[in-house]
Amino acid sequence: MRFIFDRDTWQEIFGSIRKNKVRTIITIIGVLWGIFVYIALSGATKGLDNGFEKEFQGVANNSMFVWTQRTSIPYGGFKIGRAVQLKLGDIEDLQNKLPGIQFIAPRNVQGIFGGAPPQVSRGMKTGNYSVFGDYPIVDEISKKKIYEGGRFLNEMDMEKERRVCVIGERVRNDLFSKDEDPVGSYVKLNNVYLQVIGVYKKSENIDFEGDNSLMLPFTTYRKIFNTGENVGWMAIAAYNDVDVVRLESDVKKLLKKRHKVHPDDERAFGSFNLGEAFAKLFGFAKGLNFLSLFVGLATIIAGVVAIGNILLISVKERTRELGVRRALGATPAEVRGQILLESVFLTMVAGILGIIMGAVVLAILNVLTQGDGGFPYTNPTVAISYILGALFIMIVLGTLIGLIPAQRAVSIKPIDALREE
Amino acid sequence: MIEIKDLHKSYRMGSNSLHVLKGLNLSIKEGELVAIMGSSGSGKSTFLNILGMLDEADTGEYLLDGVPIKNLNETKAAKYRNKFLGFIFQSFNLINYKTAIENVALPLYYQKVNRKDRQEKALKYLEKVGLKQWADHLPSELSGGQKQRVAIARALAAEPKVLLADELTGALDSKTSYEIMELVQEINDEGKTILVVTHEPDIAQMCKRIVHLKDGVIVEDTFVEQVRASQYVQ
Repeated sequence: MRFIFDRDTWQEIFGSIRKNKVRTIITIIGVLWGIFVYIALSGATKGLDNGFEKEFQGVANNSMFVWTQRTSIPYGGFKIGRAVQLKLGDIEDLQNKLPGIQFIAPRNVQGIFGGAPPQVSRGMKTGNYSVFGDYPIVDEISKKKIYEGGRFLNEMDMEKERRVCVIGERVRNDLFSKDEDPVGSYVKLNNVYLQVIGVYKKSENIDFEGDNSLMLPFTTYRKIFNTGENVGWMAIAAYNDVDVVRLESDVKKLLKKRHKVHPDDERAFGSFNLGEAFAKLFGFAKGLNFLSLFVGLATIIAGVVAIGNILLISVKERTRELGVRRALGATPAEVRGQILLESVFLTMVAGILGIIMGAVVLAILNVLTQGDGGFPYTNPTVAISYILGALFIMIVLGTLIGLIPAQRAVSIKPIDALREE
Repeated sequence: MIEIKDLHKSYRMGSNSLHVLKGLNLSIKEGELVAIMGSSGSGKSTFLNILGMLDEADTGEYLLDGVPIKNLNETKAAKYRNKFLGFIFQSFNLINYKTAIENVALPLYYQKVNRKDRQEKALKYLEKVGLKQWADHLPSELSGGQKQRVAIARALAAEPKVLLADELTGALDSKTSYEIMELVQEINDEGKTILVVTHEPDIAQMCKRIVHLKDGVIVEDTFVEQVRASQYVQ
């Protein structure tokens, strides 16, 4: 240990490094490039990862949607092509029988899946907007940001079948003048007056509602549109530790049973599994991450091998010098230690320079992607543990590769070294 | 100081064995200045390497200041070299990216002398060889004679028992050679034991004793009237 922290040791090392500047620079470029590639790539990957995450923030990423279509297999006395209708009873049953479900929200809508959006008016202003009938719980699956002063639907609205609605940003812009506070005022839908209780912000993310919709309590909705127990589709969020793909098939299996649909009928119920989609997306990011790790590591190894190679040449060049040192009383351990330290030191310097360069490039990337170009890219960073890991690997590799030239340096007999002209 | 008894050394050259040293006996007392002469191939360099612990004899006895030198591993040999011996080479063998003073301080570094003492001592010996003002110059900025002076200072710095010089004037013109020999004589006058391998008779005449080697045996061992180098130096 004393050897490593000894100022004289370092003076010896700097001396021999300074002796051949060009060689030293070329030597460290390999490792520098390796760690730079590693940092830049994994940072960029992380940025992409973060970008995806931002794009889908507010959406429970282990959620899915289930809706009905027509049957494709005759079953239980019913003919092929029967339309299946989800009912509120399905929801209850699903919730009771499948413990993996955290939230389940039955939803209805007018104006998206076929059918024209109904007209909504306020005084002389009118517009056609999609109208949703929702349980308040839907907010847990697809979060809505409500402007100050307003609120989202709640249980009381449901229970009392209140004639209230939450409107999208565009609806407000269409129906209200700029300085008007829409909360508390009324809009007319199908000759029913609904009080506006909140305005939701336009979401950057993917959702059904967009910014031109009205959201009503499910109970109010079914009275206005006379839908009874019918459910248009359902949004389901699973607990974090639940396999969503499995849950999806369980849900469908149960629904098929309830609606007398052939167990093998793949058409009767449609579903979209966000969890799966997310998994694919994040799997892609993970793959990129792995790739950058691999490429970076491979480049670092190549760089370290180059250092070993150059040190080997350098030892050969310095045969005579090492011989003189041995004649003057340098023990083999001292010679070996010096070459080893040189190797590790060069590796470290290269590594740290590479990390700095990588960080600079990432900072530049961050600034360039600051504006929303529609490219999912946010806050490219590299975890400190990755950096420390890389440095650790470099020290280990630097030591291992340094052992070769060091051993070579020691194996030169002083007499042979001195004899060499 | 040095006791050699029945020293043998042979080298393996492919299938042949070359018997280089065929039973040397030599005794050198403290304060002697001995020239080892011989034509090339006489075994004088081999002999010096064995004395310098750079090479090991096959058989025979070698006592240095009462310490038997045999079966040394590299680490031990390095320690003994550092403690007992100072080397002066024909081609100086200074480390070319180190200044004169750093070169002189190098054996002290391996003796684990601390930095300040090292600098002080190195400067003292540079002054002794008359190169104090050249302390911060690189070897490439020095003349051959100056380089050899730095090498002598380096050999002295570790304060060894014996100085071993291998053709120390071989790369120098005769004027510079005499100057170097003058310095060697001065150092010897102070009591240092010095062995000089040379094939130049005039250099050998400047020593106090001449040992002739021929075909691996000592053929002549005479004490001579020392010629002072100073008389050649203006």
